[in-house]
Amino acid sequence: MTTVEKISASEKLVSDFEAVKKTLPENSFVQNIRQKAIEAFAKLGIPARKNEEYKYSNVQKLFQEDFTQSAIYNPQFTIDKYLIPNLDAHIIVLVNDFYSEELSSLENLDKTVVVSSLKKAFEKYPELVEKHFSKHADISSDAFIALNTAYAADGIFIKVPDNTVVEKPIHIINVISAKENTLFSPRNLFVIGKNAQLQIVETFASIDLTVNVISNSVTEIVVGENARVQYYRVQNENENSQHINTVSASQEKNSHFDTNTVTLSGGWVRNNLNIALNGENCETHLNGLFLANATNYVDNHTLVDHRMPHCESNQTYKGILDGKATGVFNGKIFVQRDAQKTNAYQSSKNILLSDDATINAKPQLEIYADDVKCSHGSSTGKIDEDALFYLQARGLGIESAKKLLLHAFVNDVMQTIRIEALREHLENLIHKKLD
Amino acid sequence: MNEMLSIKNLRAGIEGKEIIKGFNLEVKAGEVHAIMGPNGSGKSTLSNVLAGREDYIVSGGEVLFNRKNLLELSPEDRAREGLFLAFQYPVEIPGVSNINFLKTAINEIRAYKGLAPMEAKDFLKLVKEKQALVELQGSLANRSVNEGFSGGEKKRNEIFQMAMLEPTLAILDETDSGLDIDALRIVANGVNKLRSANRSFVVITHYQRLLDYIVPDFVHVLYDGKIVKSGTKELALELEEKGYDWIKKELVEA
Repeated sequence: MTTVEKISASEKLVSDFEAVKKTLPENSFVQNIRQKAIEAFAKLGIPARKNEEYKYSNVQKLFQEDFTQSAIYNPQFTIDKYLIPNLDAHIIVLVNDFYSEELSSLENLDKTVVVSSLKKAFEKYPELVEKHFSKHADISSDAFIALNTAYAADGIFIKVPDNTVVEKPIHIINVISAKENTLFSPRNLFVIGKNAQLQIVETFASIDLTVNVISNSVTEIVVGENARVQYYRVQNENENSQHINTVSASQEKNSHFDTNTVTLSGGWVRNNLNIALNGENCETHLNGLFLANATNYVDNHTLVDHRMPHCESNQTYKGILDGKATGVFNGKIFVQRDAQKTNAYQSSKNILLSDDATINAKPQLEIYADDVKCSHGSSTGKIDEDALFYLQARGLGIESAKKLLLHAFVNDVMQTIRIEALREHLENLIHKKLD
Repeated sequence: MNEMLSIKNLRAGIEGKEIIKGFNLEVKAGEVHAIMGPNGSGKSTLSNVLAGREDYIVSGGEVLFNRKNLLELSPEDRAREGLFLAFQYPVEIPGVSNINFLKTAINEIRAYKGLAPMEAKDFLKLVKEKQALVELQGSLANRSVNEGFSGGEKKRNEIFQMAMLEPTLAILDETDSGLDIDALRIVANGVNKLRSANRSFVVITHYQRLLDYIVPDFVHVLYDGKIVKSGTKELALELEEKGYDWIKKELVEA
C-alpha cells in the first residue's frame, strides 16, 4: 500500500517554481534575487491566522485550490469601457500582467519619461532597475512580497527624470482574464527623480471571470528628493476577485507622497501600504476609503516608518460596511530614534450599516524618539440617528437621508483626490453603490 | 375657522416612562399658540412626538393635522404635509452643505405633492430672498449644516430653513434658549414676517421674553404632561412675574 501525502499549498508553490522559473526572463541578477525570494517564501509560508499580521484574514483558504501561474490567454476587449470619463491622461494597459503597447497610448508623454515593461527595463536600464528592484519591498518581511518577487513575469516600469513635471496623470489599467484558476504576480517599479512631479491613477478590471484568480501584486515606488507624487488606486472589481496588493514606497528628503486607496467592490482584498521616510522633511498622506457588502473582505494594512527628523505623516481611512462584510484597518507607525520632530497622525472611522458587518481597527504606534507628536483615533458606529431624524424632519425620505449622510461621511477623503475627473467618477460610483 | 391641529388626550413617553399625560390642544389656521412650562413638564417630549421621533412612544390619544392622522405618518411625510419643527438643539452634519440639503428637501416635498423639481435659478433666488429674512450670511448657507455655527447662527438657520420650506404649521422648540437679545430679535423678526392667515405656530418656550417679540394669540401652561392653564398673552406676563411655583401651588390647592 502506498500513501500519498498531500503537500501544502506553500510547498506546492515552492516546487512549482522550478518549472516556472524557466519561463521567466532572466539575467543573473534577477535569477539570484528570485532564488532568494523563493527561499524566503519557503521559510515564511502562506501565513496562518496565528501570524499577527494576518490574524483577521483567512488567507490560507484562498490557496486551497490549485492555481496555474501563467495565463497564456489573450482576452478580446476594447479598452474604452475601462477609461475614466473626462480624465485626460496617458494610458498604460497591462493585460494579465503584461504591458500592452498597442492598447496603451502615450503619444504626448514627455520623451524623457520612460514607460516600459519591467522585463524590457531589466535589459535596457539594468543599472537603474538593479539599484531599486527588490530594495524597497523586503522579501524577508512578508510571504507575499517573497512570492511575487520569485514569480513575477512582468509589470510596468516608469522613470521620471529629475526636474520633470508630468503634466497629465498616467492612468494604469490592469486587465485580467483567465480560463483556469490563476495566480497573477504583477510587479511594478516607479522611479521618480529629484524635483519631479507625477500623478498616477491605477484601476483594475477583470473580463468574464468564472474561475478563481488571485492577484498578488507588488509595486515599488521611489520618490526622489523634493519630488511630488500622487498615487490613486481604485479597486472596483467583481465579487470573485481576490487581491493581495503591496505598495512599498521610499521617500527621499523634502518629498511629498500622497496615496488614495479606494475599494468599492471585490471579494477579498488585502492592501499592504509600506512607506519609508528616508530623508528629512518628508510629507506623506495615506487616505483610504472602502465600501463593502455581502461577504466582502477588505483589509488595509499600513506601515509608516519615520526614520528621519521633521517628517509628517497623515492617515485617514474610512469604511462603510453592510451585509456580512468584514473590514480591517491596521495602521502601524514607527518613529525611529533619529526621527525627532515627527508629526504622525492616524484616523480610522467606520460606519456599520448592518448588525452582521464587522470591523477590526488596530492602531500600532512604536515610538523611540522623545520629541514627537503622534496621535491616533478610531471610531466605529452606526449612522448618526440624530442627523438622520433631522433630515427626515425636513422632508427627506429615509433612504435619501442615509445616502446624504454616507456621502458626507466619505467627503473628507474624497476631497483629498485632486484630479477632478477622478473624483467625479468616484462620486458617481459611490452613489450607485449606495443605492 | 379652519382647524389645523387638533390634539386630543395625547399620552406619550420615552423608555417606558409616561411624560405627556392627557394633552389637549386646538390650533386654527393663522393662530400663534405659546406653550410655557417649567423644566421637565414635557415640552421637548411634545415637540419630538409631534415631529415623529421614533424613540418616543405614543400610548393614547389622537393628533389630527389638516384632518389627517399625524401619528400614522413617517417623520418625512409629516414634513411633506407641512409640519416644521425648529429644533431646540439643531444637529451639526459635517460634509452636508446647507444648500444641497435644502434643495433635496424642497424637491422631495415637491415630489410628494406631484410637482416637478424646482429650477436651479428659482431655488437660488429663493435662497437669497429667505436668507435676508434672518440676516444669514451667504457663506453660512454654503457651509455644512450647522457645523461650527454659533448658537445664534444655528437658530437663525432653523428659521431660514422654515422660510425655505414654507410649512403650514411650525413648532418652535425653545428657539429662544441661549440667545442674546440681538439674535432673539432677528429670529423673532423672521418668524413675524412668516406669520400669515394660513400658517400657524406653536411656540414652546421657557421664558416670557420671546413673547414680547412674537406676540401669541394664546398662552398655555404645560405642567406634568398636560395643560393646566390657558389664557392670552397676559398669562405669560403673570407667569414671568410670579414664577411657575404659583401654578404649582394653585394646582395643589385645587
